[in-house]
Amino acid sequence: MCDQTFVAITFGPCDSCSQNKPLMNIYLQNEPVNYCSLCVELMACQGLAKGETVSTLRAESENLKAKLEEERAKLHDVELHQVAEKVETLGQFVIKTRRTLKGHGNKVLCMDWCRDKRRMVSSSQVIMRSAAVCVLQEHAVTMPCTWVMACAYAPSGCVIACGGLDNKCSVYPLSLDKNENLAAKKKSVAMHTNYLSACSFTNSDMQLLTSSGDGTCALWDVESGQLLQSFHGHSADVLSLDLAPSETGNTFVSGGCDKKANVWDMRSGQNIQSFETHESDINSCRLYDLRADREVAIYSKESIIFGASSVDFSLSGRLLFAGYNDYNINVWDVLKGTRVAILFGHENRVSTVRVSPDGTAFCSGSWDNTLDFNPV
Amino acid sequence: MALTRMSSKKQSSNNIAQARRIVQQLRIEANIERIKVSKASADLMHYCGEHAKYDPLLMGIPASENPFKDKKPCIIL
Repeated sequence: MCDQTFVAITFGPCDSCSQNKPLMNIYLQNEPVNYCSLCVELMACQGLAKGETVSTLRAESENLKAKLEEERAKLHDVELHQVAEKVETLGQFVIKTRRTLKGHGNKVLCMDWCRDKRRMVSSSQVIMRSAAVCVLQEHAVTMPCTWVMACAYAPSGCVIACGGLDNKCSVYPLSLDKNENLAAKKKSVAMHTNYLSACSFTNSDMQLLTSSGDGTCALWDVESGQLLQSFHGHSADVLSLDLAPSETGNTFVSGGCDKKANVWDMRSGQNIQSFETHESDINSCRLYDLRADREVAIYSKESIIFGASSVDFSLSGRLLFAGYNDYNINVWDVLKGTRVAILFGHENRVSTVRVSPDGTAFCSGSWDNTLDFNPV
Repeated sequence: MALTRMSSKKQSSNNIAQARRIVQQLRIEANIERIKVSKASADLMHYCGEHAKYDPLLMGIPASENPFKDKKPCIIL
């Protein structure tokens, strides 16, 4: 269970006591060090001797937070939409829903595109979209896991991962044989102590990243089911995650009910950056720039009184698609901060919005039991 | 982390350990390098501009290249 034990990735001489023991990778004064668990405990207790108390530490953390705000504010010299005034305004955004995919017996909670751009997986069906023929083929392969809140396609397209209220993330190899019993080939990979909220393969089929209602994220080896790294720092359920889109990338971001978006280093488990939203913010989408380390745009309107459940960018990053609990999808101009279109079409909450890997279409899933497939 | 059972000091050492972790984390965050919003915005605009022509949802694609253009009514297989 990933939030109750730690996996020792290294074994060797402790930097503090020099004994050969399983080591924990921690950071002291920004330097990575390896301490055995006993030394970590001792260090924690030393604080008591020095007169360090919880209240002095709290005071220090308040000071640091204030300093952080100050540093961030110094660099806030302009607003993104002001700089974007000189960018050409977008033409009218027109899209017609080409195909509504019914057939789910229940709410669509999540979906993912296959990298081959021809297939999608949604809870709980695999849908085959054939681009060679001018029709949409629906291969409904029912995935035998119940209460699926998260699903993902592996980069190879040969495997899917899913999980939810069973607290696990399991992988299933795919076959085109509709009669194939997928349940027989199920392999449990991730185990959390609360529901699985999101999952994603990293750049290969071999590693799976998960987030959970237990407040943690975790990186797993698919083959062995071993926990490779766990990510602690959220103080409430983690609802979503996304990997940085780089070939060599090893960072990802997670969003939680503690109103924080945390950026993590996958190798060390370290929380690199953290963004917090304010109390008053329930119904807006926000853009945070990692290098400026702050929010740079807010996408909201007074008329929008329901929250957004899912967002995705178009390929160039100019458009932001957001699915809302008022059953609509709003399309935003990322740079100017204006809304360019409202898309109707669902009869219940939009739970997931994903742009296809080639950017030619986006798909939205809803609690009305359908998926809307919108090609250009 | 699995903390071994120690004395009654465990409770306060837990809080201390947690408070220290928070302070540690904030120190790291306070020390990262940041750029100005004006520079970040300029870079964002540049990126969007450069990639706009490769964005079908932004530009549309010619009907001849669109595999989903309705040539005949959609049929369910």
